Amino acid sequence: MISRRHFLALACALAAGNARATPAAMQEAIRKITGGAEVAKGKVRLEVAPLIENGNSVVLSVSVDSPMTAAEHVKAIHVFAPENPLPNMVSAYLGPRSGRAHITTRVRVADSQTLVAVAQLSDGSFWSDSAAVVVTLAACTEEVK
Amino acid sequence: MARTLVHVPARAAKGQIIEIKALVGHVMETGFRRTESGALIPRDIIRSFVCSYNGAEVFRADFHPLIEFPTIATESGKLEFRWTGDNGFSAEASAPITVE
Repeated sequence: MISRRHFLALACALAAGNARATPAAMQEAIRKITGGAEVAKGKVRLEVAPLIENGNSVVLSVSVDSPMTAAEHVKAIHVFAPENPLPNMVSAYLGPRSGRAHITTRVRVADSQTLVAVAQLSDGSFWSDSAAVVVTLAACTEEVK
Repeated sequence: MARTLVHVPARAAKGQIIEIKALVGHVMETGFRRTESGALIPRDIIRSFVCSYNGAEVFRADFHPLIEFPTIATESGKLEFRWTGDNGFSAEASAPITVE
């Protein structure tokens, strides 16, 4: 017979096994957005604390170097976490009326990993930045008492 | 309806870029957590957020209950905020603005 402790250990292992995206899943999520277009490094700045004590509420901001005019602006900003169960953490859609290409939000981070921000510009190009974070208390998949 | 909190400057100069904060109270259950007995807790999250300025959409975001974003103060009027999520969740808020 399986003891309660063993069952819990197994349940946790299964949960962890199922509920974890992989860098491959993130690449797939990025490819879905870019349609296979090349993503260049630069223009984007992803700001997040390098050491996160509590993964449940992480301040994250993204800014993009763009004049935000009708002719030249950022259309969308996407942030990905390869180790989160759902790698696409946030998608924001901007335009010339934004005035400035900058967003701030709170996200959950499941584990220590390298977060990636991808910006889509009005000329069809994609730019990215990444930031490595260390998480002490992981979010997303914890057991609820 | 869920509790909402929006921060919009009451007054702005025409053409000025203003920062807006929008927050809605929501459990944001990931759908990956389990109870002590191993049962999966179903996902219940915000799917979409839209901000309209006098009826024109100026900002949109997916998946988040709290977001801070800029917009240009173009004219006096009303900013409207709308969140939608799983299980038919919907919340609205609005804020007036005077542009001079």
